Amino acid sequence: MRQHRIMLGLALSAVLFATGCAHRPLQSVDYTAFRQAKPRSLLVLPPVNESPDVNASFSMLSQVTFPLAESGYYVMPVTLVAETFKQNGLSNPPEMHAVAPAKLKEIFGADAALYIKIKRYGTTYTVLNSAAIVAAEANLIDLQTGSTLWTGSASASNAENSNNNSGGLGGLLVAAIVKQIINSTTDAAHPVAGITSSRLLSAGHVNGLLYGPRSPKYGLDGQN
Amino acid sequence: MHPMKSDWISRLATCVLALMLTACATPQHMYGWGGYQDKVYEHFKGQGAGPEQQILGLEEDLQRMSGKGMAPPPGYYGHLGLLYLTTGKSDQAAQAWNKEKALFPESTQYMDFLLNNMKKQKG
Repeated sequence: MRQHRIMLGLALSAVLFATGCAHRPLQSVDYTAFRQAKPRSLLVLPPVNESPDVNASFSMLSQVTFPLAESGYYVMPVTLVAETFKQNGLSNPPEMHAVAPAKLKEIFGADAALYIKIKRYGTTYTVLNSAAIVAAEANLIDLQTGSTLWTGSASASNAENSNNNSGGLGGLLVAAIVKQIINSTTDAAHPVAGITSSRLLSAGHVNGLLYGPRSPKYGLDGQN
Repeated sequence: MHPMKSDWISRLATCVLALMLTACATPQHMYGWGGYQDKVYEHFKGQGAGPEQQILGLEEDLQRMSGKGMAPPPGYYGHLGLLYLTTGKSDQAAQAWNKEKALFPESTQYMDFLLNNMKKQKG
């Protein structure tokens, strides 16, 4: 009996093991141009913000270096880049996004630039819940040729893991009120933007960015 | 059932479990980060401790990183240089930007652009 149970456990483990970290083979993004361009250094332009929160652009921009650098890219120092734009009379992200790629290349010397648009940033309220949600999309543009190397989008919410409420409707309402207070008084969307940024800009995901030259995984992803 | 065999299966089960637990573990980071991104956010918002305090914090984090044998991430010395410049320490700013260049040759063109601008403004 005992042996049977162990065998069953082993079989289950094997199934778990096989599915746990599986990468779906599904691939709809065409990486041909990306592979040919082999970008090493990335310029992240201050994101264009389509949400009502004025902090959104800087919140996102301050958290893009981590996923990109850990994926193997050099990332132009984000505060210096913003400062350089300012000194050249550009302080709004839409103006910065309108600068010709060749001009960006001339000043920053980056191989490619990331154009990020923040679609949502902030707290959404419903009767029983409130959630800080951040959604963004990105385009990677080759600064030599102006062509698109990759596009992606991602979102995150701080309510993703909080549907384990107990205590009935009254408990839910109290929890919702407490959460609304937290979500509105603190900078609740900022850490959520960090998760969105990681989902959007970390290499190694299906349809995600490829690893950069500084990563030990460079050239090993998406072998096809 | 033979006791030896059962033992062997148990041991195998343990191995499989251990493999499962480590296989998906978060990989080691390539860089030491300290409070870099938080400081960048504070800097952008114009809140928090101000450039002098940021410099102190970043310098302390650098020592902690080198103690652990970790390198600072791209932009760390670049940002530090900007802070030195805003506090009037242009020599240290130049040093920091040269350090960024040495660690990451990909930054050479931009760092040279900044260094030249600084020279022009001084002279």
